[in-house]
Amino acid sequence: MNDPRLYQIGTLASLLVYGMGWLDFDITPGRVALLLTTVLATQWIGDRVSRTGSSFGSSARSALISGLSLCLLLRTNRTELAIAAAVITIAGKFLIRIDSKHVFNPTNGGIVAMLLVTNQVWVSPAQWGTETFFAFLMACAGSLVVTRAARTDVTFAFLACYCALLFGRSWYLGEPAAIPWHRLESGALLLFTFFMISDPKTTPDSRIGRLLFGALVAWGAWYVQFRLFRTNGLLWSLAACSTLVPFINRIAPGSRYVWSTSPAALTSSRTLRAA
Amino acid sequence: MKRTIFAAALVSMITWWTPAVRAFCGFYVAKADTKLFNKASQVVLVRDGDRTVITMANDFEGEPKDFAVVIPVPTFLTRGQIHVGEKALVDHLDAYSAPRLVEYFDQNPCELADRVPMAMRAASVLEARPGVGGRGLAKSLGVTIEAQYAVGEYDILILSAQQSSGLETWLRENGYRIPAGASDVIGSYLKQNMRFFVAKVNLPEQARLGFKYLRPLQIAYESPKFMLPIRLGMVNAKGSQELFVYALTRNGRVETTNYRTVKLPSDVELPVYLKQPNEFAGFYKAMFARQANDRAGRAVFLEYAWDMKWCDPCSADPLSNDELRRLGVFWADDRDSRVFLSRLHVRYDAAHFPEDLVFQETGDRANFQGRYVLRHAWTGQDVCAAATDYRQTLVERHAREAEQLSQLTGWTMADIRTKMGPEAPVRVQPAAWWERLWRP
Repeated sequence: MNDPRLYQIGTLASLLVYGMGWLDFDITPGRVALLLTTVLATQWIGDRVSRTGSSFGSSARSALISGLSLCLLLRTNRTELAIAAAVITIAGKFLIRIDSKHVFNPTNGGIVAMLLVTNQVWVSPAQWGTETFFAFLMACAGSLVVTRAARTDVTFAFLACYCALLFGRSWYLGEPAAIPWHRLESGALLLFTFFMISDPKTTPDSRIGRLLFGALVAWGAWYVQFRLFRTNGLLWSLAACSTLVPFINRIAPGSRYVWSTSPAALTSSRTLRAA
Repeated sequence: MKRTIFAAALVSMITWWTPAVRAFCGFYVAKADTKLFNKASQVVLVRDGDRTVITMANDFEGEPKDFAVVIPVPTFLTRGQIHVGEKALVDHLDAYSAPRLVEYFDQNPCELADRVPMAMRAASVLEARPGVGGRGLAKSLGVTIEAQYAVGEYDILILSAQQSSGLETWLRENGYRIPAGASDVIGSYLKQNMRFFVAKVNLPEQARLGFKYLRPLQIAYESPKFMLPIRLGMVNAKGSQELFVYALTRNGRVETTNYRTVKLPSDVELPVYLKQPNEFAGFYKAMFARQANDRAGRAVFLEYAWDMKWCDPCSADPLSNDELRRLGVFWADDRDSRVFLSRLHVRYDAAHFPEDLVFQETGDRANFQGRYVLRHAWTGQDVCAAATDYRQTLVERHAREAEQLSQLTGWTMADIRTKMGPEAPVRVQPAAWWERLWRP
């Protein structure tokens, strides 16, 4: 499979079907269709208006990943807010750019923006339960195999730091190891780790930058959860840390990532540029 | 006699399109309230912004002199932040939100043309003392008695400590029976800068006030922590414990963020024998046990989510603004009476609930209730084609009801058939397809 996004789309779609069929996710097939249609339509309009030159066939894959992630994470009873979230998710890629590169992971940016402006949307981090954690883990780990060419170092840096912080805190407080383990057995954490923070388009270009970025996101998530006592620490932290990426790229430059849709594109010097 | 720490269950607290509003039809028959469960704790959790008011009711049945409660709280509490509430209000909230049984009566199928759709028959719904320990000893153990209050029939201390062992020793020396192994849990709360709220009964004051039971304690505080500490109650606890949380919020439904919140199966048609005394209670307990088990014992169950202004069908009247205020809903008045109730039911033990319950308020105002439906069959003798069809569908319906009951509770079909009596599903040969073909 040349484009790792196809595997991601397959995995996210399977998780969505599983969540709707077996875990009673608060989302209807109609809402799924609406979100996916809206992200694709916004992407199509964005491509036309911004004249990026990229084919809709390729950019639609990214939009689908964002749309499926929204379906998995975002909850609201109001249709207009769901549409707004989908539009903001994709429009953010075109509107908030630094150095010709979008700043926020689209889904992350869309959800955080909605959480900031209304109390009518929410994310249910515990909706996955823990019963099927290991099957979930396997599906996510599979994405690492497929995206081996992509930037998985940020995933490992984040996971290592986040585990260290969780276990370190519990060790300091004298809590049993069952507590940090329980916190790690979270579908929301896996989804975040393997499908959101690992987004190669919004992570720093250099390896050292990505390792730093992963560590910062982990610390921020921990801080939000255990110092500010707020929900969705992972999402808030990633959004906040994403604003630092342009600075990290200045300090530690690297080559920019481009999705490969064909073997030729992988070696195309036109699409890779040294920063 | 040493006081038994009732931390057990008690929650050792620290702390364009609107959703479809469905009109439910049906006559309210019975409810499954918290009295079904032994050793159930009930907590009313009022939350708006960072302001929290907690009412803790317990079913302690021993001698009042043996009662004590030790609760981790996130902040220091002044005298004005502690209050003694009314058990009747918690009972009212329980009755209002309890899973319910409703019944319908089939009409004569020969008069079907006269039938009014259910959604139009809403009218058919029934409206239905100081002196504990010495400050000297406390100081030597690194325990600080930050405050002590007499509130109603309770003597209350707010304690902080440098070391968990010091606090544990102090509590033991002062007659509190702390379970072995509590030290680590106490220590982890102390390191999070939490205080300990310790209450015991002042017997002369209780005698003077004349209460025969222990009234619920209420505390109000401001903290970003939206959680209930359950760990202390699980130290050395035998078996699982039952906790009911009634969350009262302004915006919408409350759910746990570190354990999956699951809606209880609802709107299921069941055999009508469940109307007999105690049958519904037995059904509810068996169903809850099976549901908890099916989710590996790690889920929190949503039993009720409803705007406090109304109910349908009502198992009890909604609480008035005055009652809500007395439960701590500080914003409830004539101008703003947006109050949303979420009733959560948790069966927990240390193996399946390693960490405290953490909550979030969502924007979800969709109504949900645990509702179980009995449909009484029409038993008239009229003869018409519709009646023949009806009698055939009745057999299928009874079979379906029995199967649903078996799936929900794990009861055997043989037992269910016995209890259903004449309505028990019998294996009848379905009518051949041609039998209806040339029928007038």
